[in-house]
Amino acid sequence: MQNWYEVCAVDDIALRGSRIVKTAKGCVALFRTAQNDIYALNDKCAHKQGPLSQGIVHGNLVTCPLHGWVFSLETGEAQGADKGRVKTIPVRIVEGCVQIQLADQTALTG
Amino acid sequence: MIGGGLLGLEAAAGLKVQGMDVTVLHLMPTLMERQLDETAGHLLEKALTDRGIKVITKANTKEILGTTKVEGVRLEDGTILDANIIIMAVGIRPNLWLGKDAGLDVDRGILVNNMMQTSDPNIFSVGECIQVENRTYGLVAPLYDQAKVLGSTLAGKDSKPFTHFEAATKLKVTGINLFSAGDFAAGDDRQEIVLRDAAKGVYKRLVLQDDKIIGIVLYGETADGPWFYQMMNAGDDISEMRDTLIFGPAYAGGGGADPLALVAGMPDEAEICGCNGVCKGDIVSAITDKKLGTLDEVRAHTKASASCGSCSGLVEQLLALTLGDDFDTNAVTAMCACTDLSHQDVRRMIISKSIKSIPDVMQELHWTTSCGCTKCRPALNYYLICAWPGEYVDDGYSRYINERVHANIQKDGTYSVIPRMWGGMTTPNELRAIADVADKFDISTVKVTGGQRIDLLGIRKEDLTAVWADLNAAGMVSGHAYAKGLRTVKTCVGTDWCRVATQDSTGLGIQLERILWGAWAPHKLKLAVSGCPRNCSEATCKDIGVICVDSGYELHFGGAAGMHIQGTQVLCMVDTEAEVIEYICALTQMYREQANYLDRIYKWADKVGYDYIRSVIVDDEQERKAYAARFLYSQKFMQNDPWKERVEGKEAHHFDAPLVPKKLEETV
Ligand code: SF4
Ligand code: FES
Repeated sequence: MQNWYEVCAVDDIALRGSRIVKTAKGCVALFRTAQNDIYALNDKCAHKQGPLSQGIVHGNLVTCPLHGWVFSLETGEAQGADKGRVKTIPVRIVEGCVQIQLADQTALTG
Repeated sequence: MIGGGLLGLEAAAGLKVQGMDVTVLHLMPTLMERQLDETAGHLLEKALTDRGIKVITKANTKEILGTTKVEGVRLEDGTILDANIIIMAVGIRPNLWLGKDAGLDVDRGILVNNMMQTSDPNIFSVGECIQVENRTYGLVAPLYDQAKVLGSTLAGKDSKPFTHFEAATKLKVTGINLFSAGDFAAGDDRQEIVLRDAAKGVYKRLVLQDDKIIGIVLYGETADGPWFYQMMNAGDDISEMRDTLIFGPAYAGGGGADPLALVAGMPDEAEICGCNGVCKGDIVSAITDKKLGTLDEVRAHTKASASCGSCSGLVEQLLALTLGDDFDTNAVTAMCACTDLSHQDVRRMIISKSIKSIPDVMQELHWTTSCGCTKCRPALNYYLICAWPGEYVDDGYSRYINERVHANIQKDGTYSVIPRMWGGMTTPNELRAIADVADKFDISTVKVTGGQRIDLLGIRKEDLTAVWADLNAAGMVSGHAYAKGLRTVKTCVGTDWCRVATQDSTGLGIQLERILWGAWAPHKLKLAVSGCPRNCSEATCKDIGVICVDSGYELHFGGAAGMHIQGTQVLCMVDTEAEVIEYICALTQMYREQANYLDRIYKWADKVGYDYIRSVIVDDEQERKAYAARFLYSQKFMQNDPWKERVEGKEAHHFDAPLVPKKLEETV
């Protein structure tokens, strides 16, 4: 079952920065671009599971910190000649709060 | 490993690298007898034995022992060898049943003609299962050719019939160079040219018939392989250059070798990039099909030269060859896809237009992206730091993760932490504090680094500041082991202890590290000071090195000991420690101000010339003093321990704790 979860305020994420959300099924990376768009992706690079949240955000792309693959924040698709895709997570802003859609988290939050 | 052929040996070497105890059993008297003559076979056997791989030749395996799993093998002579794994690499045997069941003519393989047609005109066959002109094939290159013939026929186009050619063999085992092609059996109508340098482990043999090369065996030095190979396949008459033939293209016909001709002569399946296994054909077709024009594009699309980069030259030659006049080797390469300007252009404009922030650079220099990319942002951040010390505000989000959080990210997303040990010196108290930190944070791996200090590995990001706080409390600061900037100054024990030391190398190293630490640079900067020419701190492969001698100090620069290895060149001799410091500060600043981002000193020096650097730092006192002064000025703003600052809360947003999701009522 999917639910909406509130994670933080928009301003808790720096422009061109990121935050990590701990979920029952691993970490989700939240990104805020220079254009003030918010995206959520699985925090695992399609190459070798690098933590994308630690990468450099440029445009609506992020570069993985481990070996430099670049992913679209919008689609999760690897750019250029690299092939792979990172799962994107539905995200919405409600009154300045960031909400993401996750499978039921009872396992984690008790 | 049963079978000492190409695949068997590559597998054996691979297993050995994994730490296994490997024995190769080979039926014939010498290894790879299909590709190598006896001499080369023996050289190869010796090279493998030297790496700890046991080789038993003339070994006829009679029986595999074991009831529920493999336990060993018995040889014909009764020898029993224990084994946990047995791998067979004993050649290919065409799989015939399908052809046979279909009623096709078969012999050793399914019989086909040169158009890949079997005895039933409606059935075609390619690959390892066929026999064409009495030959079967196991290497992939001729199979591709067969597929091309078949493909054209199926598409209704006229196709050239499949013709046999001698594929060249290379053994892909690091450190063993071996090239063979053609037929190298001796015979009355054949002559050979042999070059042997036993001490260097070089053996070259060409087999000739009717003034043509028909066989090539190269061991130890194989660079000329493609050249010989091309002549062999073309059937070139070599009588003209016979005297110098064995010395390769460098001597052929008297003149120097034209590198382009060499590359042009390479066969399509010649491997260009060893790291990523990319061959010439792949690169050429990527250049034509995808309309690639630069080294970077070829890298992105084929991965050729994307790892160690040692084949970049070859890739550029392929570009030049394929694109002809459209490829301009001298064109300035743009900094990245966001601009047409080169690194040097951008550096100059930052100064001349007095640009002081990344958004302003992008605005004024007409960047084509709104936010830059991973290549330009870190470079711009550095250029601005260097140009405007004390004014420019560092942009953490334009730094790679390691510099952003002042630790080194590891493959599992944890970090490693290396405190500074000035000149490689430490104290019992520091060691106790490090041990306490390791205990407290459950740090499983503690490693002594090549830079004479201690690495604590496996630290979670959320623990970094607490680890630093404890290290700070014991008087330790960041070692900048993550920085494009000053890393370490290695020293030897010098006059404090050493019998033969000429100067206080330890003290000088510590002084240098105290002056240089905290400086950001285009790339990492490693120094060493040795107390005498015995050079225990390996100063002659560092970015900057000092060798103490009786009469003073020999300054070195431009060494490298990573993927690329080269010794330093001498900058000059000086008499006093004060001069050492002045010269090194000046050299460092000149490098900081001039080099492209991500060029080490040696790369910069290769581009601008070692003599040019000497002419400024050594011959022009005024310039030297000015550089040194600019360096010291900039250092005023750099020497704050970044760990302490972050323990005190600076840039806390880079260390934010993970968020916990709060469930909302509404379900989806
Ligand atoms: S480099 Fe010379 S002075 Fe230094 S430890 Fe070695 S032998 Fe002694
Ligand atoms: S893990 Fe992301 S690029 Fe390799």
